[in-house]
Amino acid sequence: MGFLTFRGGIDVPHGKEATEKLPIVDCPPPQRVFLSMRQHIGAPAQAVVKVGDEIKIGQLVGKAGGFVSANIHSSVSGIVKRISTKKIMGTDAVLVEIENDFQESLHEDVKARGNLDALEPGEIRKLLGESGIVGMGGAGFPIHVKLSPPENKPIDVLIINGAECEPYLTGDHRLMLENGKEIVQGTKLIMKSLGVSKAFIAIEANKPDAILAMKEHTKNEQDIEVVSLKTKYPQGAEKQLIFACTGRYVPSGGLPMDVGVVVNNTASTKAVADFILRGMPLVDRVCTVTGSGITSPMNVKIKNGTPLSHIVEVAKGVTPDFAKLILGGPMMGMAAPDMDMPSTKTTGGLLFLNSEDAYIPESEPCIKCGKCVDICPVFLEPIYIARYAEKGYFGKADELGALDCIECGSCSFICPSKRPLVHSIRMAKRKILESRKK
Amino acid sequence: MDKLIITSSPHVRSKTTISSIMADVLLALMPATALGIYYFGISSALLIATTIVSAVIFEAMVQKVRKKPVTVNDLSAVVTGLILALNLPPGIPLWIAVVGAAFAIIIVKQLFGGLGQNFMNPAMAARVFLVISYPKIMSVYFEPVTQAVSTATPLALIKAGQFSNLPPLMNAFIGKTSGSIGETSALALLVGGAYLIYRKVISWEIPVIYIGTTFLLTFLLGGMNFYGSLYSILSGGLLLGGIYMLTDYSSSPVTRQGKMIFAFGAGVLTTLIRLFGGYPEGVMFSILLMNVATPLIEHFSVPKIFGGAKK
Repeated sequence: MGFLTFRGGIDVPHGKEATEKLPIVDCPPPQRVFLSMRQHIGAPAQAVVKVGDEIKIGQLVGKAGGFVSANIHSSVSGIVKRISTKKIMGTDAVLVEIENDFQESLHEDVKARGNLDALEPGEIRKLLGESGIVGMGGAGFPIHVKLSPPENKPIDVLIINGAECEPYLTGDHRLMLENGKEIVQGTKLIMKSLGVSKAFIAIEANKPDAILAMKEHTKNEQDIEVVSLKTKYPQGAEKQLIFACTGRYVPSGGLPMDVGVVVNNTASTKAVADFILRGMPLVDRVCTVTGSGITSPMNVKIKNGTPLSHIVEVAKGVTPDFAKLILGGPMMGMAAPDMDMPSTKTTGGLLFLNSEDAYIPESEPCIKCGKCVDICPVFLEPIYIARYAEKGYFGKADELGALDCIECGSCSFICPSKRPLVHSIRMAKRKILESRKK
Repeated sequence: MDKLIITSSPHVRSKTTISSIMADVLLALMPATALGIYYFGISSALLIATTIVSAVIFEAMVQKVRKKPVTVNDLSAVVTGLILALNLPPGIPLWIAVVGAAFAIIIVKQLFGGLGQNFMNPAMAARVFLVISYPKIMSVYFEPVTQAVSTATPLALIKAGQFSNLPPLMNAFIGKTSGSIGETSALALLVGGAYLIYRKVISWEIPVIYIGTTFLLTFLLGGMNFYGSLYSILSGGLLLGGIYMLTDYSSSPVTRQGKMIFAFGAGVLTTLIRLFGGYPEGVMFSILLMNVATPLIEHFSVPKIFGGAKK
C-alpha cells in the first residue's frame, strides 16, 4: 500500500472503537477551575490576578515567565478564590482557583486579531506569543517558540500532525471531522507566519473518514497536501513523522528546524485559528475519556483547570474494578496517583483501566530475541542500553545512543520477557544528563 | 477506592511471551517430528520423549540446586530437548540421549546463566559433544521405513561424488532418506520455518542467507553441479540447523546486519567443511563456530542511529 511511514515500530491494539464514532460533547462547566501556572514546557507562568478579582473568560490569569513559556487565560468567568501551591505529578505548581459564576461572560480582549491577508508573518508570530497556545499533543511546547527559528535555519515545510498513533485517543480524529475548516485556517496562518509554501496534513490510515474530510477542506488549497500514513506506532512521533512525509532525517540530538520542518498538532493548529480569527485564547481542549474503567467513554471538550473528578462524574463515574488512571494514552501517558488534580492544556486523554487491563506481567530474564532492536524507530539497541543501565554503566548506555531514545515505549511493549526496557533507558538518560551538567 | 496502580509507561504489553514463542517453535517442529517417527519407527518416538523429559528434569534439578526459580513452564527446555532429539540418529541407545540432554541443559545452558545467556546453541553443542564422545554410536544411520542399517547418508554419497547412487531428490524432500530423526524432510522443515517467519518468531535473514550461501558456494566450488547443490541443501542437518538452531536467540546476533553476516559466515563454513573437511556434514561445527563469533559480530554491527553518524 502506498502509505507513508518509517522503519521500525509496532502494531498496537488500537482501543479507539469505544470513542472514535462519538461526537465531541461540551463538558458541563465545573463549580471551580484550578488553573495551573505550569501547563507547558519552559518557565512557569506568573499569576497576575489576586484573590477576590473578578475574572472573565479569556482574561489573562498567568503571564508567560520568559520566552519559552506561555500565558494562561481563564476558562470561566467568576471570582478568584485562592492562589496556592500544590504538588502535581511530582512537581510544585501554582494553582489559581476561580469560582465559576456560570455567566460565561467574555473578557474584552476576546476579539478577532485580524485575518490571513491583513496580517504580516511577524505579526502572526507576535500575536501567537500572547495566545497561550502550546503543543497539545502532549509535550506542551509553546507555539511562538516553534515559529521563531533562528535565521540560519530556514523552514520550508509545515507538518500538521493528525497521526494520533497513541492507542485509545480519538480527540484529534474527532477534531478533524468536526473542525476541519478551522484546522485549515490555522494551517494557513502558520504557513504565512513561517513563510513556507508547503504543508502536509498527515493522518494515519486508520482514520479514513478524517482523511476524506481534510481532503475535502483542502481541495482548493494547492499548497496543503493531506497524506495517509501507515497505521503503525509511533507514527506520530515527530522525527518519524518528518521522515515519513519528507524523507528527511532530523539529526541525532537535533530539532525539526534543523531539516527545515515545523510540526504542529491538529488541536494546536485549530487553536491558532480560534485565537487569530476569533480572539479566543487557549482555554479549553478536547479530551478523550475512555478505557475499561470508566462507565461512559466520551470525547469531551473541557475547560482548562477542570478537576478530573468532575470529568469522571460527567462520564458517569468509574467502574467498580477501576484500578489505574493514565494521563494521556497507554504508550506514553503517565499513571496518576489519584484524581485530585485539574486538567491542563495537554490533557488530551484520560484513560481509566480496570484491574484486568491494568495488569502488567512480571518481567522474566531477557532471552535476547532482538525484537526490541527490530522495532526501535530510532534504530537503537534497547536490549543493551537497558542492560547497561540496569548495571549502572551509564557511560556505555550513552555510547549506544541512549539520549536519542524518544521513549515511545515500543521496546517494552514488544518484549516477550516483559522487561521494563524504556524505563531503564529513561533512567540512563537522566543519569547521563546529570553527569553532563557537572 | 483502593490505591491506584502506578507503573511507568507503557501501560500495555504485547501478548507474546517466552512460553508462547517456545510453543510456536514446538508447533513448527511438529511436521518434522511426525515424519521422523513415521519413517524411523516408534523407537524414535521413545527417543524423542526420553530426550525431552530428561532435558526438563535436568533444568528443574539445576534450578532447584542453585535455589533459583524453576522455569520449566517457559517450555525452553522442551524445545531444547526436542531439537536435540531431532538431531540424533534413530536407534541409538536411550542413555545417549540422556547424556546429551544433560550436557545441553546443565553445561551449555544453566552453567552459563540459563535462558538467554548460553553462548552456544545447547542442542547443537550437545550433538557435537556426543559425536566426538561416541563417534561409533553416533554414526550409524538407518534407512527409513525398512530400518536397515544404512550404508551411507546422501551427504556421504555427495562427498564421494556418487551422485548416481543418491536416492531420488523427492525422497530428500519428503524425508525418505537416512539421517537424524528430524532432519530428513525438507518439506516439513520448510513448512515449520515459514510458520516461524510468519509468526515473527524468527526473521528471514538467517535461514534464507544461510541456505542461499551454502547453495551458491556448493555450486561454485563443487563443480557447478546444480542437482548436487540442490540435493546438498536439502540433505543433512542444513535446514534443521539453519531454521531452528542457527536462529537460537541467545547465540545469534540481535541486529539485522549482524544476522546477515552471521548467516553468511555459517554458510561459508558449512560449505568448506562439507566439501573440503574431514566430516561429510559441516552444519554443526559451522553453527558452533559462528555462535562463538556472535559477540564480535554484534560489536561491529551496531546499527546507525536515526539521523546519526555511524558509531
